[in-house]
Formats: sequence, structure tokens, C-alpha cells
Amino acid sequence: MNETTIEAGQVANNKEWEPKIIAFLCNWCSYAGADLAGVSRIQYPPSIRVVRVPCSGRINPYFIIKSLTDGWDGIVISGCHPGDCHYLSGNLVARRRFAILRELLEFFGIEQGRVNFMWASAAEGERFANLIKKTTRIVKELGPNTKFKRRW
Amino acid sequence: MGLETENQEIEKSMRDTARNLLKEKQVDIIIGYTKGTVPLSSSPIMINKEEDVDKFIWNNLCYVNLAKYLVPLIPQMKDSEGKPYKIGVISKGCVGRALIHLAVEKQINLENIKIIGIPCNGIINRKRVEKEVGEKEILEVSVSDNNIVVKGKDFEHSFAFEDYINELCKYCKVKSPPSAADACIGECQEVSSIEDDFADISDFEAMSSSEKWAYIEDLFGSCTRCYACREACPMCYCSLCFVDQNKPVWFGKTTDLPDIIVFHLIRAMHLAGRCVACGACTSVCPVGIDLNKITRKLEKIVKTRFDFTSGLDTETLPPMMSFSMDDKEEFMLEED
Repeated sequence: MNETTIEAGQVANNKEWEPKIIAFLCNWCSYAGADLAGVSRIQYPPSIRVVRVPCSGRINPYFIIKSLTDGWDGIVISGCHPGDCHYLSGNLVARRRFAILRELLEFFGIEQGRVNFMWASAAEGERFANLIKKTTRIVKELGPNTKFKRRW
Repeated sequence: MGLETENQEIEKSMRDTARNLLKEKQVDIIIGYTKGTVPLSSSPIMINKEEDVDKFIWNNLCYVNLAKYLVPLIPQMKDSEGKPYKIGVISKGCVGRALIHLAVEKQINLENIKIIGIPCNGIINRKRVEKEVGEKEILEVSVSDNNIVVKGKDFEHSFAFEDYINELCKYCKVKSPPSAADACIGECQEVSSIEDDFADISDFEAMSSSEKWAYIEDLFGSCTRCYACREACPMCYCSLCFVDQNKPVWFGKTTDLPDIIVFHLIRAMHLAGRCVACGACTSVCPVGIDLNKITRKLEKIVKTRFDFTSGLDTETLPPMMSFSMDDKEEFMLEED
């Protein structure tokens, strides 16, 4: 192929394409859960890049939307289960925010699987790996993120 | 130049009420509407003298949400003894809601404000009327027998009132201030909760994401980011808006489509549970972008998820100011 630029659609057809997913993990549960998945040698796709945040309540909707405009194919946000928050109510505040943001994103035409929310505790390495597998599968089906991505 | 309507009764009693309130020194200033400089418009006016009250008008073109004029101004408005001014506000339903919600957010003190309730039957969608008339210059507008009559040099058009009011006004359930009106002109009804099935946006919600995205791209394609919607919004009172913030630069300031959509998306996010559905953003848009679908969706989200309607009472906490252990979380990812 002589073409130097590859259109996003063509990349999607390419079997080699792997989604790039940004993961916002809370320091106290999910980050430790990811760590447990690692030390337990549980296999999961190498599609996520982790950003450690103090609490899921720290995750500003800006982070999520900026990730989309910066061209990440998928976003995972993970925090402690409700009631387990290190800061008592951070994840409850975050849950309301996510509920509204998710519905708005859907209303604006962003596919539902693009932004995923989950809970994973520090003891749930297995669950963490499974959910990352699931997310990767969902985002892979959706293909590359072209809607919000800024074209230079 | 104004709008001659059957509202003249209401207009007259509004002026009388305003005159009495000023005479009895119950208020120092009254904020209301006056004639605009061009047809199909109105301007806000602040009046503190009895003899000026005849400048007040009331018609179906009073689209500005007057609550906007209270938020940044209140701290400065004190009399010579340092006491805060008593301010009267001519309030249609959505102005009343905005005032109540601003009081919930502790931006204004309702003790210093007199809500002068006035029933509203819908605001004319100027952009649609102008579009129908086309290039020709509108010289006169009137409403009679449920028709909007637009006159110019050598033409006269008539539009059905129900079809040419703002989309939001069609579904409006709060025609006059929901509660706590200190004076009422005409009939004011108290509203404590709203029942709505949001059937009007269900068609849109059923569309596929690419169809929705195509609609959004088309809708915001002409946006020039003048921020008129933000300036007219009674709830957009941040001293530094997220789009003006440059430390850090969160979002691009260009008029590229992704940047425009991000602005509107986040503005919608910030208005969740706060928007009072006054439609001021749509009325002031210079390029005629109709934000009613997004406004309706915001109302629907907070109503169905948190059973909340903004600006109905001062006791209930808005959803984004509170949290609960029992919130629905059906959207959370679960293992297969």
C-alpha cells in the first residue's frame, strides 16, 4: 500500500488494531486490585493505561471528556464499592456525577461502551481482570474513537 | 413597536402593583421588562421612581430571565446606611424558579427580594418567526386570537401562536412562580411537584448513536462560541467559566466542532439539576441554535433518576449537592 495515511475505518478492519483505554483507578481499592491482579499473574489484555487518583470522587467529568477529545478509544473508571470509600462518601458523590454524565454522553451520540464505570475492591484481582477483559471486548467492537477526536 | 396584546389588563395591574410597592417603600428597585429597540424584542429595565412605572411592559416577547441580574449585583446594591436594597422582580414562572434555586444555592437571600408573580403563556420563538419572514424587515408585531401577526412595509404574515412559541414553553408546567410569590398579578397557582412523561424526546433517544451525533454536529455546526447562552443563563454565574480557564487549559478555545460540542456538553453537565428550563439560552442565540432538546433531557435525567425538579421549593437539596447510598447504579459494569 502506497497510502501514507490510514483512515480510522481501515484501522478498525485491521485485525491488529488494539484499543487504547485510559483507566482512572482509585488509590485505595481499584489500584490495589489491579496490583493484586498483577502479582497473582492473572492475564488480562494490555490495553489499559492506568492513572492513579486518590478517590473516584476526584475524577472530574473534564478528565473523561478530555480523554475522549485526546483520542482515547475507551475509558474505565473504577472505585471502591459503595460504602467502602476511604473518604466515606467520595464514590457516592462520583456515582451521581457519572450517572448524569453517562446519560448526557449517550444523548450527544457517544456510544455507551466508550465510557465504563465499575467498582473493584483491593481483594478483587480476578474481578478487575475480568472487567478489563470485558471493557476491552466492548471497546474493540466499537472501533476507534473518531467522533470527539481532534484532527490536527 | 411593542406588542399589542390582550395582556393589557395584566400590564395595567402590573404597573399599579409596581407603583404601590414603590410608593409604600416595600421595594427600592423593581426589575422588569420594557420595550426593545427593535420589534420582536424586549429589554430588561430597573426602575426606582414611581413616575417611571409606565415603562414596564408585559407580553410574549419577554424572554430574558431577570434572575440573571441579581447574582453578581446583589453584594454591591446597598443603600447609604449599608443596608441591602429590597428588590422587586417581575417573575414569570421560570424567573421565580430561578430565584428559588439561586436561594437554594445561597447566591441570593429571598428576604431582600420580592417576587412579583405574573402568569406567562409562552414566549415567542423569535428566530423561527424571523426565519419564516426571511429577508424582509419586520416593523410591527402583535398577538391576537392565538395568532402572531407580523407586519412589514408591504407584507403581513400570521402564525399560529401554539406552533411558534419556544419548544420548552409548550411543555412548561410552571406558568407563574411556584411558591413564595410576595405579590401576584393575575392568577398565580402554586406548584409543588411536576408530572411529565417527556414523550417529546423519546423519539430522539431511540435513535442510534451515529444519528444522534449527526444531529448534534448539525445543531452546533453554526455555533460561533459567542457565549451568549452562558451570559443569558441565570445559573451560569461562575466568576471564572471552565472555558475561560487557562491554568490548566482544559478544553480548546477554537471553533472546531469537537471544541464547540465539548463546551455545550460540559455546560449541560454543569446545569444538571439546576436548569430551570427558561429557554433564555435559545432566545438569545444569534445564530438560532435551539437547545431545547438538551434542556429537556437534563430535566428528564434529574426527574427520573433523582425525582427532583429545580426551583420548586427551598427545602429539597438538588441532586448534585447531595448523595445517597441508595442511588440506582444499573450502569455499572458487572462480570458476565
